[in-house]
Amino acid sequence: MTTYDVLIIGSGPGGYVTAIRSAQLGLKTAIVEREHLGGICLNWGCIPTKALLRSAEIYHYAQHAQDYGLKIEGKVTFDPAAVVKRSRGVSQQLNGGVAFLLKKNKVDVIWGEATIDKPGQVTVKKPSKPAVQPQNPVPKGTLGEGVYEAKNIIIATGARPRVLPGIEPDGKLIWTYFEAMVPPQFPKSLIVMGSGAIGIEFASFYRTMGCEVTVVEVLPQVLPVEDAEIAALARKRFEKAGIKIMTSTKVVKVEKKADSVVCTLEDDKGAKSQLEADRLISAVGVVGNVENIGLEKLGVKMDRGCIVTDGVGKTNVPGVYAIGDVAGPPMLAHKAEHEGVICVEGIKGLHPHPMDKAMIPGCTYCHPQIASVGLTEAKAKEQGLAVKVGRFNFVGNGKAIALGEPDGMVKTIFDAKSGKLLGAHMVGAEVTELIQGYVVAMNLETTEEELIHAVFPHPTLSEMMHESVLDAYGRVIHS
Amino acid sequence: MPINILMPALSPTMEKGNLARWLKKEGDKVKSGDVLAEIETDKATMEVEAIDEGVLAKIVVPDGTADVPVNALIGVIASEGEDVGAAAAGAGSSPAPAASAAPKPQEAPAAQAPSAAPAAAPAAAPAAASPGARLFASPLARRLAKDSRVDLARIKGSGPHGRIVERDVKAAIAGGGATAAAPTAAAAPAPAAASAPQGMSDATIRKFFEPGSFEEIPHDSMRKTIARRLVEAKQTIPHFYLTVDCELDALLSLREQINNAAPKDKDGKPAYKVSVNDFVIKALAMSLQRVPDANVTWTEGAMLKHKHSDVGVAVSIPGGLITPVIRKAETKGLSQISNEMKDYAARARARKLKPDEYQGGSSAVSNLGMFGIKNFQAVINPPHATILAVGAGEQRVIVRKGAPEVATVMSVTLSTDHRAVDGALGAELISAFKVLIENPMGMLV
Ligand SMILES: Cc1cc2nc3c(=O)[nH]c(=O)nc-3n(C[C@H](O)[C@H](O)[C@H](O)COP(=O)(O)OP(=O)(O)OC[C@H]3O[C@@H](n4cnc5c(N)ncnc54)[C@H](O)[C@@H]3O)c2cc1C
Repeated sequence: MTTYDVLIIGSGPGGYVTAIRSAQLGLKTAIVEREHLGGICLNWGCIPTKALLRSAEIYHYAQHAQDYGLKIEGKVTFDPAAVVKRSRGVSQQLNGGVAFLLKKNKVDVIWGEATIDKPGQVTVKKPSKPAVQPQNPVPKGTLGEGVYEAKNIIIATGARPRVLPGIEPDGKLIWTYFEAMVPPQFPKSLIVMGSGAIGIEFASFYRTMGCEVTVVEVLPQVLPVEDAEIAALARKRFEKAGIKIMTSTKVVKVEKKADSVVCTLEDDKGAKSQLEADRLISAVGVVGNVENIGLEKLGVKMDRGCIVTDGVGKTNVPGVYAIGDVAGPPMLAHKAEHEGVICVEGIKGLHPHPMDKAMIPGCTYCHPQIASVGLTEAKAKEQGLAVKVGRFNFVGNGKAIALGEPDGMVKTIFDAKSGKLLGAHMVGAEVTELIQGYVVAMNLETTEEELIHAVFPHPTLSEMMHESVLDAYGRVIHS
Repeated sequence: MPINILMPALSPTMEKGNLARWLKKEGDKVKSGDVLAEIETDKATMEVEAIDEGVLAKIVVPDGTADVPVNALIGVIASEGEDVGAAAAGAGSSPAPAASAAPKPQEAPAAQAPSAAPAAAPAAAPAAASPGARLFASPLARRLAKDSRVDLARIKGSGPHGRIVERDVKAAIAGGGATAAAPTAAAAPAPAAASAPQGMSDATIRKFFEPGSFEEIPHDSMRKTIARRLVEAKQTIPHFYLTVDCELDALLSLREQINNAAPKDKDGKPAYKVSVNDFVIKALAMSLQRVPDANVTWTEGAMLKHKHSDVGVAVSIPGGLITPVIRKAETKGLSQISNEMKDYAARARARKLKPDEYQGGSSAVSNLGMFGIKNFQAVINPPHATILAVGAGEQRVIVRKGAPEVATVMSVTLSTDHRAVDGALGAELISAFKVLIENPMGMLV
């Protein structure tokens, strides 16, 4: 029996990227998956939602064709089944891509559900739960159930929707992201519980598709992790688009009717109200998949439903590592990937640097888009830092005007003393594609000086990134 | 064109020096006359001034580097409008300062480093960037280092390819490991062996003492210089000694008159306060004029007969001594000599004397009278031919005209280089000195 150098449980973005990097490093590598190659991200998360949002975006522009001097004869409509089908097609293509990449890198794929018996040994059995449908065919050439040995075991089992007691998703009236992504038809009205990235993206999608959408958020701010100023701006845009937003409000009870739900809401002053809608999406976060993998028996340390690791993926049990969503927030695909690479490089003995979570960007692909990295203004001040804040509004940018996207803002936060870029926050068109500029800047530890010195191409939205920095130092040009 | 800053020769004989510290940081604007760095030479700390305008693009030899050969590239200035990065990069292309030490050796014969000099300036912190290597640091790291006066060259980078990043500078600040003000000259290999005698080895000497029973104090460059030069003096100069007693009473009363007559400023501070030692300096200077054959310096090829009396005066300072020279002392009045000496002494203690202020001279005065020393023999300080050791002025019983009498008497001993000054000539010189001290009015005319 072969002993693997590295065996990875779970083939999400964390797992499969780690497997490829492991193989690149010359380590004999296997990956176990019970359901979908590519995990949540490719099949039920990042990618299919972006496909749906793209349909919504094009629909939105088509509806506003006349703004650009275009004429569409007749009414622009959509076919929900076709929109979903396109999204599934995108996922399927990438799912196949992962299979190809794993094969190309000579990573053994083991199909089934893995349990760690002891450090160095894993048993793979039939999955204990049925796969979420639709499921792509099991890739060819995979290994099957059995006992496998590996010097290093990396847990990358990801996360699943958090369930609030009394508001358990039923897949029919109360949805999680799984159902929300493959609806048989679009509901006429919808309540979204939770205004994090997942909730807001669905709210934005369904609203654009003509649905009456109400977002209920228990905290006083939508997109609670974002900078308050940016979130407030985004909220205005959401409301302008017709999304109803109720902050400082929670869903306390859900009554199911034949084809609708009646939610009892309670605000922070205890005032109750009722709201009826066709469907309810529960988007109150995710919890790590830590069950049934033998963690209790191994004595792997956990905290709030996630595995505790050091900066390079080590758990408290030698030979057992954890990365990605199961290893704690931020629960983002790019964090999972990077964490995995660091982990396996550590196993190889390359002494990578522990991940700096302060430099992980976060993006929400609603309309308008939100993108950020680093500290919010409030967090920076909480840390006692004297800050210099720069702001630039889309309305001052030529490209934004030409695009017909005059709403939005780029905000930058610098440490007043050292000029260190502490945070960048954006709302508006295409900002998810812009944020990487600041991410690179932060990783290179640039100060305002280099950002001011850099030449940004004209006309682009990226010029606003420059202007925002200039504004922080009292040198803004176009505002 | 970037302007190279080379290790300056502060004196014609200087071969190497220590780069004590930089007063400008990389990226600082400099203008002509700005002090760029401090160079520690044998006996003093000297300032290197900018002669060009621009930006200090690159520090090649970091703070606290010992034994930097003269003419070695120590830094680069990017001139006005020039790209600082390019200037700095250009400097970095030379792999080590040894290679760039004398950019045009054939044109700069004075720059040759002696073979005993280390091939390359030793890196103070071996783990950190070696001098001359291009320093990779993030902009934020540079800024933090600049603001906290941390020397980047002493920091080991932990970023990609050893790049110095924020956390490294923060760690250095926290650990205090790399602040600019902490040169580790002690870590430099001791070059003293060059001319030292073949005595017992350090290890042999150490064996005489129980480990832990002593503290070890590394030699600074002044200590090394004193050791080297005095060994050289005693080994190469055939010393002989002439002692006379000088009666001081006339001098003391004249001194009192002179000081009482000193004009006072509005705070009541006198314009000068002449000391006995000032008279001694003046007397020796005049004696050298009166006995010009003794105002000489020995060289293998010829005798250098000096026109003026440049008189060195040994000044004790913490950690050693230094001998600033009163130039043309025969031409100077007592008050001027007095004021010059006060200035020299103060600056000597601050180690701020320039080499041309303590090098050269034909004779010297060493006075231990204030410690109650009656008489001693001083070691000649080359290139001098003589040195006068001055004891304490004290009341003694003398015999005058067959009868005992009390007088204030000071014994002085002239150490003489027999190669340059024979016994009789030496006697003539010290007699002339005695006459002037005992008839001090002669010094006023
Ligand atoms: C609707 C939605 C939208 C999202 N959008 C974004 C986005 O835009 N950007 C972003 O960065 N992130 C987004 N995320 C989050 C992102 O999907 C996750 O952060 C990412 O998938 C985490 O990767 P992972 O490898 O840790 O785990 P997962 O992707 O969850 O993969 C874990 C895999 O492990 C398998 N597994 C679990 N247990 C076992 C076992 N015992 N044996 C074998 N296999 C097992 C699972 O079947 C799964 O395939 C989104 C998530 C959702 C739900």
